[in-house]
Amino acid sequence: MKMTLITRRNALKLGLAGGAFALATPSQALVEIVVTGGNFTPLPIAIPDFASSDPSFGAEIAQIVRDNLKRSGLFVPLDPASLPIRVGDVTNEPDFASWRTASVDALVMGSVERGAEVASQVRVWDTQASAQVVGKSYKTDAQNYRRIAHIVSDAIYASLSGGSGYFDTRILYVAESGPKANRVKRLAIMDQDGFNVQYLSSGKALTLTPRLSPNGASVAYTSYEDGNPQVYVAGLGGASKKLINGAPMSFAPRFAPDGGSVVFSVSNGGTTNIYQAGVGGGNPTQLTSGAAIDTSPCYAPDGSRIVFESDRGGSPQLYIMGAGGGGAQRVSYGEGSYSTPVWSPDGTLIAYTRQSGGQFHIGIMKPDGSGERILSSSGQVQEGPTWAPNSRVIGFFREPGGDAGPSLHSIDIWGRNELNLKTETFASDPSWSPLRA
Amino acid sequence: MRSVTPLIAVLRAAALVVLVVAVAACSRNGAGGGTGVGNLGPGGGAPGSQQEFLVSVGDRVFFETDSSSLTPTAMATLDKQAQWLNRYTNYRILIEGHADERGTREYNIALGARRGSIVVNYLVSKGVDQRRITTKSFGKERPVAICNDISCWSQNRRAVTVVQ
Repeated sequence: MKMTLITRRNALKLGLAGGAFALATPSQALVEIVVTGGNFTPLPIAIPDFASSDPSFGAEIAQIVRDNLKRSGLFVPLDPASLPIRVGDVTNEPDFASWRTASVDALVMGSVERGAEVASQVRVWDTQASAQVVGKSYKTDAQNYRRIAHIVSDAIYASLSGGSGYFDTRILYVAESGPKANRVKRLAIMDQDGFNVQYLSSGKALTLTPRLSPNGASVAYTSYEDGNPQVYVAGLGGASKKLINGAPMSFAPRFAPDGGSVVFSVSNGGTTNIYQAGVGGGNPTQLTSGAAIDTSPCYAPDGSRIVFESDRGGSPQLYIMGAGGGGAQRVSYGEGSYSTPVWSPDGTLIAYTRQSGGQFHIGIMKPDGSGERILSSSGQVQEGPTWAPNSRVIGFFREPGGDAGPSLHSIDIWGRNELNLKTETFASDPSWSPLRA
Repeated sequence: MRSVTPLIAVLRAAALVVLVVAVAACSRNGAGGGTGVGNLGPGGGAPGSQQEFLVSVGDRVFFETDSSSLTPTAMATLDKQAQWLNRYTNYRILIEGHADERGTREYNIALGARRGSIVVNYLVSKGVDQRRITTKSFGKERPVAICNDISCWSQNRRAVTVVQ
């Protein structure tokens, strides 16, 4: 887990070497993707192999970038063999006319070198405006060279799509194996593109619903290692600690936005209520009461409110209360039931699982309950939405039933571009990390 | 897709598992300290045995979708359980609550807890000492019937009384 980080915070705007070419005024964004609804056309983008003293390394990095952008659904990377040049050049201004002739509007020129660390330079060009959209340099630890491609991908995505990127992220999930009636479940984490899988628990005890802390360094999860389900917190790859003692069953944890406490459910005598407790221990605070099932709590990103699911009105529905408990207001009113609410990182939306008409839906709504949009529907069980840090993409899992196992999927908030996230085992309960530091 | 496992086969398999566990427990705890070897008896098992509880009394009750109400059939089973448990008071009792897979993981843990609690309350109302009983919810994590239709889901929405 050790990593010397030279982070995106140290990203430099590329200076111009000796005035080799005049920096055009910032692009008027002729090529910018305007994402306002479901009907937009993905932007064709040219990404020649990155210049490098190791050409195969430069080709590999460029391919990771192309794959990222393609998976976002907002870009169509052009076949590199069809481009006017095959290897990028970050020191000279492109020959805009030849790129326009090739019908290329958006052009990425990159370079990358691998030594004690990995360093990359990237310029994004708008060939119609003959202007640079962005020019930056990045460095990262050589042990995890794929990160440089993800960081570059985020810069390209952000410069052209009007939103921040989500490629330099990881997904924590539950890796499943063995027969359905005796499934082995252990925690695992991977890069968002499925690489660098690490297993974090042995699988001796059932482990469920892991959630990353806001800084991505800790995890809260539910485990049966004590016999009954209980909430644990742990540093990634570190020792785990039971959050509270004395509860018959505790589960459904999520971190507060400051990472200092966890909100979760306690079942006792058939009733299930929501509690909050500091990660360092101490007495938990009870936030809901009554005979209903109150579970799946999640904080608003500003920490002021908590959305949760309750069957106090009959079927499970979504409610919002203050972070200190009390005054819960129902926000979901559609047919069927609503579960597993998750607040978007930008605070504008809540994603959830809805069951109606014999189907499982992944949907979003505004926190006041308006603007409901169903993104994905299936007769198979699908649930457990998690937000990518740019609030534009949602991960979830789908379980076909029988002895088959679940798989991870993603979809964007416009209901487009559903993808299967490849994993080497069955996988469930995804938790998307923030952009890495 | 696997075919539906008939309920009786599931019960028989479960009975076998429980019996093997019981034999293993005997071998560990036996007064003589020797190796315990048992032959499986035919039929419903000796009076007061775990196998009798399993086969002649019935160790589980089933629930409707998203419900924790006891059906008349479930109450009849629990009446027999209470009678047996009140006669053989040497056993400790674990009530496992389960849900089918047609719900979200977290809600189903709570639903399994609620089902377990309903069964505990019923048994206590019939005179079983609450101090003998512990509960555990598995949510949808441990289905017993594996298929993708209601014939399996209805068997997985259950509370199981484990005597130990």
